[in-house]
Amino acid sequence: MADKKKTQKAPSGTVKKVLRFISGYKTMLLLSLLTAAAGVVLNLLIPLFFGNAIDLIAAKGNVDFDGIKSILISSSAAVLICAVSTWVMSTVNNRITYGVVKDIRTRAFDKITVLPLSYLDSHPTGDTVNRVINDVDTFADGLLMGFTQFFTGILTIIGTLIMLIRLNFLVAAAVVCLTPLSLFAARFIAKHSYNYFREQSVQKAAAASTADEAFSNIKTVKAFGKENDLTEKYGSESENVRKTSLKAIFFSSITNPSTRFVNSVVYAAVALTGALNILAGGSMTVGLLSSALSYANRYTKPFNEISSVFAELQNALACAARVISLIEEPAETPDPENAVSGIETEGNINIKDVYFSYTPDAPLIEQFNLSVKKGERVAIVGPTGCGKTTFINLLMRFYDVDSGKIFIDGVDERAMTRHALRSSFGMVLQETWLMSGTVRDNIAMGKPDATDEEIENAARRTHAHSFIKRLPDGYETVIGEDGGNLSQGQKQLLCIARVMLMSPPVLILDEATSSIDTRTEIKVQKAFAELMKGRTSFVVAHRLSTIINSDVILVMNKGHIIEQGTHAELLEKGGFYSHLWRSQFGAAAADA
Amino acid sequence: MKTILPFIKKYRAQSILAPLFKMLEALLELFVPLVVKNIIDIGIGGGDKIYTLKMCGLLGLLALIGLVFSITAQYFAAYAATGITNGLKSALFSHVMSLGYTEADTLGTSTLITRITGDADKVQNGINLALRLLLRSPFVVFGAVIMAFTVDTSKGTSAWIFAGAVPVLAIAVFGIMLGSMPLYAKVQKSLDKVTGRVRQHLTGVRVLRAFGREESEKKSFSEASSELNSFQRTAGRVSALMNPITYVLINGATILLIYTGALRVDSGILSQGAVVALYNYMAQILVELIKLADLIINISKALASAKRIGGIFAAKNSQTYPENGVQPDFDAPAVEMKDVSFTYKNAGAPSLTGVNFTLNPGEKTGVTGSTGSGKSTLVNLIPRFYDCTEGEVRIFGHNVRDYSRETLNSLVAVVPQKAVLFKGTIRENLLWGNKNASDSDLEYAINAAQCADIISAKKDGLDEMIEQNGANLSGGQRQRLTIARTLVKKSPIIILDDSASALDFATDARLSKALSELYWHPAVITVSLRTGSIRDAQEIIVLEDGAVAEKGTHTELAKLGGVYSEINSASGGDGNG
Repeated sequence: MADKKKTQKAPSGTVKKVLRFISGYKTMLLLSLLTAAAGVVLNLLIPLFFGNAIDLIAAKGNVDFDGIKSILISSSAAVLICAVSTWVMSTVNNRITYGVVKDIRTRAFDKITVLPLSYLDSHPTGDTVNRVINDVDTFADGLLMGFTQFFTGILTIIGTLIMLIRLNFLVAAAVVCLTPLSLFAARFIAKHSYNYFREQSVQKAAAASTADEAFSNIKTVKAFGKENDLTEKYGSESENVRKTSLKAIFFSSITNPSTRFVNSVVYAAVALTGALNILAGGSMTVGLLSSALSYANRYTKPFNEISSVFAELQNALACAARVISLIEEPAETPDPENAVSGIETEGNINIKDVYFSYTPDAPLIEQFNLSVKKGERVAIVGPTGCGKTTFINLLMRFYDVDSGKIFIDGVDERAMTRHALRSSFGMVLQETWLMSGTVRDNIAMGKPDATDEEIENAARRTHAHSFIKRLPDGYETVIGEDGGNLSQGQKQLLCIARVMLMSPPVLILDEATSSIDTRTEIKVQKAFAELMKGRTSFVVAHRLSTIINSDVILVMNKGHIIEQGTHAELLEKGGFYSHLWRSQFGAAAADA
Repeated sequence: MKTILPFIKKYRAQSILAPLFKMLEALLELFVPLVVKNIIDIGIGGGDKIYTLKMCGLLGLLALIGLVFSITAQYFAAYAATGITNGLKSALFSHVMSLGYTEADTLGTSTLITRITGDADKVQNGINLALRLLLRSPFVVFGAVIMAFTVDTSKGTSAWIFAGAVPVLAIAVFGIMLGSMPLYAKVQKSLDKVTGRVRQHLTGVRVLRAFGREESEKKSFSEASSELNSFQRTAGRVSALMNPITYVLINGATILLIYTGALRVDSGILSQGAVVALYNYMAQILVELIKLADLIINISKALASAKRIGGIFAAKNSQTYPENGVQPDFDAPAVEMKDVSFTYKNAGAPSLTGVNFTLNPGEKTGVTGSTGSGKSTLVNLIPRFYDCTEGEVRIFGHNVRDYSRETLNSLVAVVPQKAVLFKGTIRENLLWGNKNASDSDLEYAINAAQCADIISAKKDGLDEMIEQNGANLSGGQRQRLTIARTLVKKSPIIILDDSASALDFATDARLSKALSELYWHPAVITVSLRTGSIRDAQEIIVLEDGAVAEKGTHTELAKLGGVYSEINSASGGDGNG
């Protein structure tokens, strides 16, 4: 029932969890609270000092210089101590906040490195990055504001009230009754401008998406001469944004004048009640009236701040909840304590009765059996979604099997450390991925201590050397995230080179050569053929040459191996494979 | 600033009225301490209850008028800021649309998008704040100083404390703000690095785990994170100085003021109320100075954004088109390249050197070669996506540079390598080729491009919605639809830039056949890595490192035993399946 009303609010346990993150900073927290209290008290005393001093300046010839001097000396001391404690408080607060942020980020990142692939595959990258970066930042801002403004704000409000009541009860009453007006005004305006802001963000998104589409595909736009049509479209969307933005900005910008107005009214009311009290021979004096006026000026400020701190804190907690849920996400099952590590594998692979599915209600791989001997070349073919990628996920233990076992040289995959297992495999995925860093760093990814000679040798053998030499800084050329300005083929060559350097006993090639042009592919395949000698290899293949020369072809469909054998055997059989073959390579095959 | 100026013109009135009303409001605020002074000196001092009531009423009235003035000002400011930004954004969009390929390549999509979204927003915020506060804050500060001089008119006036305090405060406030700005820039840069680390780990998680890089990634993340932490603390320490220092300065000035005030009251130059008024003016100064410093940071951010936007406006299309171009001579060769060379801007080496070929109307030329051999570059010169740096590209008897933009566009139709469709219905996408195409025109193009099955499989047929970037279609479907879209144009020259790579061989073969049978008999250039797509061409050009390596028909080249025959056997052309 409560679930239906979910808003930006954080789950109830969040505050406790956040406090646990802060608990390491107890001493500093105490220091922060003490200095804050000292700052507030002194800050409140100063107008009183000044008021008392002004009272001693009554009129011509009626000035108590000794009294003024001693007041001014003590107020100087108060000012200095107040300043120092404010500075200490801010510095300590920064320390705590940024420290907590760092702790949280480190824990989040550490968690990411052990999260199961199933989590990462089902959560968009942008979402997770957002949690680790923006959510943590918002949380930090809220925390900092909470520390610096919430506590001091409340203290200031209470302190001011006490001061005002001590000065004069009526004056205090006037302030207490009128101040909430500014809160109401602010809340009223915020509520109304919120709708405009929401509308604005919808329209902004529309205009931005037109710009995005047009700018990303500017070549197509120009090829069809559609520049003017799109400019017109964007113009009308931008005009809509203007209209709502005007309303949103205008309404929200009424807040300050309104609270300022309420403030001025409070000021006038204090002036009135104070002055009338003096005229009626009450306890007030001119100096105290001036103190009261300065309190009145200060009173509304923390009030407005605290109301915004509340919203901010709520938002911060919601953000904290999102990061914490990432941190609390269960990690993949740890490697067993007695796990095999650091073994030299030969590359015999046995798959026994493996069952696997991504979601329990959609069975995918069922009763999967396969035996591959050292040095065999396995081609996997089948239509999209047949389970080829899943097969790789299981081999590399990106996902764990639901039941059944995978053995490498007779050792159960799950009895080995993931690290040992994965270092036996060399993988080139369909989507080339390079890390930001130099070309050298990328090739040496699996063997960071490789010598220059080894790296160049690997690059030469994969025909990447010649294009790397032509890059501005050769092997030291820094490539940005996502491979920067390398062509798809070049990126793929680097991915192959880094596997070549590692020289693992088993290779996994997921449509690896599909986007290199045929001429480069020939060279690469020659190099691969050499690499594959004596090594077990699994190739998700689209190319004739790869498939034809395999020792075993696995034909997969809907998670099952439906046919298995050599090219010739399978063609002869006249089953699914021969059908697939003719539909995909029909034109070429007919040529023969 | 120069970037924004032209757009302000249309909103001149609002841009003047907004700060004007703000100043009026500020003027009213400056009266408040004077009124309080009179309450003390005349009302309380003279025991005049009525006067006191009147003056307190006046305070309320000043507040009310101030409210009206400032709301008026806010409206004008919001109106001008949104209006000016709207003008700027529309002009920017239209300018980007006018850029050539060379400029679009150099600037980059993500930059362009950031300019028209984030940067434009910052400009809008800057204009809004500037209109509201740029005049108001200095006005209050200097107004307070001037008022101090009017309150204490005597010789050697205590108002000099104001004159001294303002510059010292200003130096402190601006010094700390400006001093912390580069520190925060460092923080931002460091944060970007941390973000990059997280993003990299997520996008490359399979590879990183396959290579067992978890620990080293943790280490480099922790390094980046520690660096960020230390920058944040340094920046925080500096900006934490702001409050205490200004606090000491303003209160120090007040203490000085009260003491000199005491001397002056004692000698009868000043009244008690005047001292209170001076005390109040001092308080106003600090608030406004801090606002001003804040404003200046925001404005400098806005100016930086405006400058970046200005950078986009500064990029001009390097190509010019004659206004009244030549008319095509349809008896001349459709495409002719004479000793054409081309070097990309800022590239060290040419991408094409000394290319020659001729394509006659109604015939077909095939282009093939390895990745990076210059195939796309070659065909991009024909519709003038780029201008060749040497030699001459001619179509229908004239240099491509002599045609008007419209004529050239109508003569050449390109199916680009990247199959891009736009959000909208299939019909809307196809009509890009020709706004006025009839349904039977569309049907003809659809059949020729082998996509009748795509349309018939869709519930709404031609009116089926396509998501942004054609996300709800497969790669092959997108390719076929982009081909259909180009055919709708019915241009006499059609270029297919490796645009059938996702099609299976059978469909590809049917497409080649259909293209050769189009009723308006266009000249066709097909770029492909599959020899099957170009074997029927009258001439095939094989590129190697930007130069023509081989030229001839399929049979001639296949026999040659060179690059082409290698490609041919690799792509399964004469395979032994």
